[in-house]
Amino acid sequence: MKMTKIVRTTADVFYPFCLVFGLYVVIHGHLTPGGGFQGGAVMATGAALLIVAHAYEDITGRIRKTAMKILEAIGLLTFLFAGLSGILFHRPFMANWMAQTGKLFGNTVAHGPNPGDLNTAGLLPLLNVGVGIEVLGGLTVILLYMLSGIKEEKKP
Amino acid sequence: MMTLLLLKLPYFTVVVLTLLGLAAMVFKKNLIKILMGLSLMESAVNLFLVATGYRMGGVAPIFTNAPSPHMTLPTVQALTLTSIVIGVATSAMMLSFAMVIYKKYGTVDSQKVKKLKG
Amino acid sequence: MMKIALFSAILLVLFGGLMYIAADLPFGSPPVSDMDDYFIRNGQEQTGANNIVTSIVFDFRGFDTLGEATVLFTAVLGVGMMFRKMKEGEEYEND
Repeated sequence: MKMTKIVRTTADVFYPFCLVFGLYVVIHGHLTPGGGFQGGAVMATGAALLIVAHAYEDITGRIRKTAMKILEAIGLLTFLFAGLSGILFHRPFMANWMAQTGKLFGNTVAHGPNPGDLNTAGLLPLLNVGVGIEVLGGLTVILLYMLSGIKEEKKP
Repeated sequence: MMTLLLLKLPYFTVVVLTLLGLAAMVFKKNLIKILMGLSLMESAVNLFLVATGYRMGGVAPIFTNAPSPHMTLPTVQALTLTSIVIGVATSAMMLSFAMVIYKKYGTVDSQKVKKLKG
Repeated sequence: MMKIALFSAILLVLFGGLMYIAADLPFGSPPVSDMDDYFIRNGQEQTGANNIVTSIVFDFRGFDTLGEATVLFTAVLGVGMMFRKMKEGEEYEND
């Protein structure tokens, strides 16, 4: 079932903006409201927009189920290995060994309100990106599977 | 009476939402409507968790350009975040169950799904 | 008919009781919580994140979030299993 041409073009135009806004929410997760899950849900909304506007058969070429499954696995593995990486530096599992060291994501932060600096918080941006990728893949795969289970009604 | 209602409005909303969800789950026969009731109760629980952590006049616990250091309790908000994710996962599972049941039996009426009769 | 009346009565009683409890709960002034005050005072210096909720979700309670991500992964696996492609001639067991 296709929507009209106007709706399809609007969906095509808005799809990249959805992805970019979701990415913004994900990588600013440690500074502003939001985080991995919320940003991933916004990105999956972009995919849902495309799926609603186009027919299911037309969309499978642009959003592939296998690619989304791989993205989901990559997200969970990113989370796991970011957690495990503390062990290399003689810290426990999930320890935030990158925070306040002055290196990558390690700028020091003092207590109190401040304008915000993207290069802080150590491991948290990595974990945010992992969860964001996982949620994007997971929700899109759920949508695609549910739509593939629906048979179109034959017009009498 | 009116002031009490306005002062405790979030908790009364929680009660109303919970009982609406419970009523939908008890009285409705359609599986999709039962799932709607379950989601309603989930939202009631989330609202209750956030309402318990509210401090009068507090701001969200985020320090980026925070107007004041008087903040609401952050732990309940983190728990709510977890609860929302679990809610999405369970609703996706149960909606898929409803779709498979419809495919197999041709109906989502919980009284007519014969093999589930107790 | 009897059952519906009974359930309605139970729901009404529940409504009254819960409203009575809700009127007594304090809103806007939660009891003193040392844990939350600790997070607000030290969370920024220990994790470097401005967003205290994120620092709790991903750092102080990181193990919890790992479980949450696993739940989401398992749910997607379950949905995929339910909607898998059937083999030729295979049907749901339906007698």
